[in-house]
Amino acid sequence: MSYERVLLANVEKPNSHTLAVYEAGGGYRALRRALKELSPADLVAMVKASGLRGRGGAGFPTGQKWLFLPKDFSGPIYLCVNADESEPGTFVNRVQMELDPHQVLEGVLLSCYATRAGTAYIYLRYEYGLCWRRMQAALDECRAAGYLGQNILGSRFSVNVHLHRGAAAYVCGEETGLIESLEGKRAWPRIKPPFPAVEGLFRKPTVVNNVETLCCVKHIVDRGVEWFRSMGTPPDPALPHDHGSFGPKLFGLSGHVARPGCYEAPLGITVRELIDRLGGGVRDGRKAKAAVLGGLSTGVISESEFDTPLNFTAPGRVGCLGLGTGCVTVFDETYSMVDFLHNSCRFFAHESCGQCTPCREGARWALEILDRIRAGRGRPSDLDLLQEIGDNLGIAPGTTICGLADGAAWPIKTTLRKFREEFQRAVSGRWPVAGETDPSSIFSTPGH
Amino acid sequence: MSTQLDAALRSQIESLFPRYPTRQAVVLPALHLVHERLGWTPIEAIVELAELLGLAPSQVQDTLSFYGFFKQDRPQGRYRVWVCRSIACAPCGGEELLEHLCKRLGIRPGETTADGRVTLEFAECLGACDQAPALLVNDTLHGNMTREKLERLMETWR
Ligand SMILES: Cc1cc2nc3c(=O)[nH]c(=O)nc-3n(C[C@H](O)[C@H](O)[C@H](O)COP(=O)(O)O)c2cc1C
Ligand code: SF4
Ligand code: FES
Repeated sequence: MSYERVLLANVEKPNSHTLAVYEAGGGYRALRRALKELSPADLVAMVKASGLRGRGGAGFPTGQKWLFLPKDFSGPIYLCVNADESEPGTFVNRVQMELDPHQVLEGVLLSCYATRAGTAYIYLRYEYGLCWRRMQAALDECRAAGYLGQNILGSRFSVNVHLHRGAAAYVCGEETGLIESLEGKRAWPRIKPPFPAVEGLFRKPTVVNNVETLCCVKHIVDRGVEWFRSMGTPPDPALPHDHGSFGPKLFGLSGHVARPGCYEAPLGITVRELIDRLGGGVRDGRKAKAAVLGGLSTGVISESEFDTPLNFTAPGRVGCLGLGTGCVTVFDETYSMVDFLHNSCRFFAHESCGQCTPCREGARWALEILDRIRAGRGRPSDLDLLQEIGDNLGIAPGTTICGLADGAAWPIKTTLRKFREEFQRAVSGRWPVAGETDPSSIFSTPGH
Repeated sequence: MSTQLDAALRSQIESLFPRYPTRQAVVLPALHLVHERLGWTPIEAIVELAELLGLAPSQVQDTLSFYGFFKQDRPQGRYRVWVCRSIACAPCGGEELLEHLCKRLGIRPGETTADGRVTLEFAECLGACDQAPALLVNDTLHGNMTREKLERLMETWR
């Protein structure tokens, strides 16, 4: 199957991060055309018609989100670019910002034009130092070339774009945590409603979109709605609320695979195709046992579920939260799922912001149980207890403010159900199940 | 009289003001500038920063205390090293890498070498899972770490 890469079209060119190379490949053509030929409303209509859904994890239809902004609002509107990318297993936004920062900026500018946002803040996780430097340089080049600032390309469109650096906290990726953090406060997610489109950054109407989502906007303008809808999975007639899964997607592949990396394919490629065809199969000739399907929060699938398509609906059919970030982490037969779940619970216990009791206490409690199991002191009843914690955490059961708790819950629920036998062996005194682990080691501590 | 934030640092912080409609929004970028310059964010600096931003010191301190990144117990090492322990790095040798670094440096995560050179930490996913195991030195990612690569990298920590 031949597939023309668009999101990654530039990344292998020398100096792909510079304006000259980006322009030589047709860069900023879409912006020029939009400013001449399209009104903001036309652009919103195109994005809506394309069926584009957010690439940051929740899969919300982008056009619909933009339409939630108040009509004819006279005050400032903000665009927040979510470049916090901290979902474990996820790294595709990094590849885009390091190797093709102008693609990101063109998407940002087009989206500001569509939503009438006068200022965009790019909230970038601290750890992405090269992205920081490349995005900063790209902004400077952009400003000098007249793509950014007042009266862009001689039009009446003006916009400011600022980089804003995070400080290593996962919850800043949650859209209202991001907004609070941008305002200079602790990143405590807000209770919704009001949604950001109505009352967001500095209490003004705000759109929050992921880096890859905004890049898709650029390609929709450049290549058209029909092109975008020619790829992916149409809506499932059995699911009345399914908007379909259209367009290209970046898939991160990591863990025990021969060729880890960032791959581009149409939505709907299966996990197995991603691993075997693009990633060269499992490392060292071993067999796969499981995979995280779309970033840690979505939960795990077993090897027998690897034919699951990576689109917005199929992951739900194998008991996972959803497509998430589309980043797959593979574990081979030698890796212990008890270790995996321990790692997961340690992460969420560490990153819970502490506002909601079920999240703050539940994540830590689950970690303590797994610490005990790994120390060889597990009890058979621990498994039901863990399951109960998993079932009661999150927005879905309605006990928390934000989706971080759901992210903690899905790995617990899916791992316990799909690999129960391994846990049963662990609590019946036959730990370690795979690999040698010193339970008293530094790896048990949740950290600060 | 100002002792922590010198004139250059102050003007660097002030140059950020036009970017945001509130002074509070400058807190995080300003904390980064202070931490970069001083190697930590002692309470004396926070008091001065608050004054510069027209905020109460407690407002700045409240924000700071949320982000484990900013330290107030002691200046951090010139090289802050974060070793990833998350889901892709752990099964690909990340935990052994951290353990090895602990031995080589004679410190545990959260500690700084006696000569003030290196501070060691563990990190959650660094977003470099395609290069597991990965670590971050200040803000530069280093991937596909092996013991040999680590030795070469450590030689640059002077
Ligand atoms: C705990 C948590 C962390 C999140 N982290 C990110 C992130 O790092 N990047 C991102 O784009 N979205 C993240 N999201 C999703 C955002 O809340 C939001 O849905 C997204 O930025 C919207 O953009 P999109 O519609 O373009 O995907 C996170 C959500 C939660 C609950
Ligand atoms: S669910 Fe967890 S992270 Fe989200 S607001 Fe509540 S305590 Fe904070
Ligand atoms: S798991 Fe280590 S960088 Fe992502």
